[in-house]
Amino acid sequence: MRRALLIAVPYVWLLALFMVPFFIVLKISLSDTALAIPPYTPTLDLSGGWAGIKDFFSQLDLENFVWLTEDDLYWKAYLSSVKIALISTVLTLIVGYPIAYAMARAPEEWRPTLMMLIILPFWTSFLIRVYAWMGILSNEGYLNQLLLWTGIISTPLTILNTNTAVYIGIVYTYLPFMILPIYSALERMDGSLIEAAEDLGCSRLQAFWLVTIPLSRPGIIAGCFLVMIPVIGEFVIPSLLGGSGTLMIGKVLWEEFFSNRDWPVASAVAVVLLLILVIPIVLFQRNQQKQTEAEK
Amino acid sequence: MNRLSWFNTVSLTLGFAFLYIPMVILIIFSFNESKLVTVWAGFSTKWYGELIQNQAFLDAAWVTLRVAVFSSTLATILGTAAAYVLVRSGRFFGRTLFSGMIYAPLVMPEVITGLSLLLLFIGIGLDRGILTIVLAHTTFSMCFVSVVVSSRLVTFDQSLEEAALDLGCSPAQAFRLVTLPIIAPAVISGWLLAFTLSLDDLVIASFTSGPSATTLPIKIFSAVRLGVSPEINALSTLMIAVVTVGVIAASLVTKRAMMRQRQDEQAAARTE
Repeated sequence: MRRALLIAVPYVWLLALFMVPFFIVLKISLSDTALAIPPYTPTLDLSGGWAGIKDFFSQLDLENFVWLTEDDLYWKAYLSSVKIALISTVLTLIVGYPIAYAMARAPEEWRPTLMMLIILPFWTSFLIRVYAWMGILSNEGYLNQLLLWTGIISTPLTILNTNTAVYIGIVYTYLPFMILPIYSALERMDGSLIEAAEDLGCSRLQAFWLVTIPLSRPGIIAGCFLVMIPVIGEFVIPSLLGGSGTLMIGKVLWEEFFSNRDWPVASAVAVVLLLILVIPIVLFQRNQQKQTEAEK
Repeated sequence: MNRLSWFNTVSLTLGFAFLYIPMVILIIFSFNESKLVTVWAGFSTKWYGELIQNQAFLDAAWVTLRVAVFSSTLATILGTAAAYVLVRSGRFFGRTLFSGMIYAPLVMPEVITGLSLLLLFIGIGLDRGILTIVLAHTTFSMCFVSVVVSSRLVTFDQSLEEAALDLGCSPAQAFRLVTLPIIAPAVISGWLLAFTLSLDDLVIASFTSGPSATTLPIKIFSAVRLGVSPEINALSTLMIAVVTVGVIAASLVTKRAMMRQRQDEQAAARTE
């Protein structure tokens, strides 16, 4: 009885506030826009009985999804979000792996401190960390001042409001998500394996490639998913650091909802985004479960 | 291996420089006299003075704090229960769906979570305000709590719980007297994580808040859209300071708790 209650409370909570809302989004994505509050029709009216329900379903259609395919803004935004997410995941991996590796090779008494230094920025506001780059990257910003002062460039570089700024922002804010899983995989690794590989004639680089990388693979996979999936729907970074040329679907959805107040189209955008993300999310969850079971 | 190779030293130095320099610059320029944020014009704390007099920011901070306290506490209770169910309850109907609902919000884009919750609240006719933000924040942060707590639960020796049950504890007593003290550091860090996630959230709060309740991130975002301002630098510095002190204090507390636990375990091993 107690066990049932323990399962039921979080279960029902997640069903009501995580699962059900998705079905509402799906329903509204099939509705028409209306100049009313809420700005869509039809609304499900159960007082009409069976006829009301039938009427409700007959009014649903795929109009909004057709609209998404007709206006090329949408599919371009999806494609460019996926592209930006893939490139920035690779960049984050390239920047994060050496840091995670060095942390795992650091003397054991340093590790808790190093770990805290990685986590600390992660606790401070995401918004503030993105904002910090606005001052650095702008035309009169600190980076340009430094470069002009050292004489490396003679005219200021335009970085803010371009995709370059978006990549910098993503790598910066998502770096801890990449470092932590890789670090925990590398830390568990038995150092004598590398020695064995080197004794057996591997060069250091070969040992790294043939032993270290495969053993840290679960961490790499987890890190890549943790960066890539949320970045596809990212809103704050492209809207603060990106420019008019930065097309990302999170921004499109936001504007569709808050500026155009077109709730059905915003919902359709969300449904398609979710469909794109279903596969990576399922893969991520499998990877996590396998890890949890391996730890047991 | 006791010393770092030069390659590892370089990657750590560059890595930490990359992580910390932007924030250090932000903090330094919050003490800048000039309104022009990129030109240094001498030390001053006047922006902090202006910040304290800005009623809109203070109101938003108060809303944010209340939301964070309520939602993180609720999320910790629900998330710990969920972790316990995931790790200990074995098979039950709909387990896959349950674990899917725990892991999916971790990576779900915030725009989708926010939009879907807003549509739910409007659908059931709930007025948007502090309550709706609390419900929304609880939902996504309980998943983070549950991941943190379940990682502690899987490494925990289940025979301790069984011993308590054998010695006559009811399951609830065994949880309260044995399990909870052992997983307490994870529960506390789960609460802290939920708390900062709630303090920090812009997107979900924007969807689920109404005109009656504006949170600090919403206020900051609308100010920041217009460009860099010294007042926001001052506000950011205060927030960074609070979080830094909190995290360091929390890590000292957990470190001490872990050391005490290890001592207890060693003492127990000796008396055996």
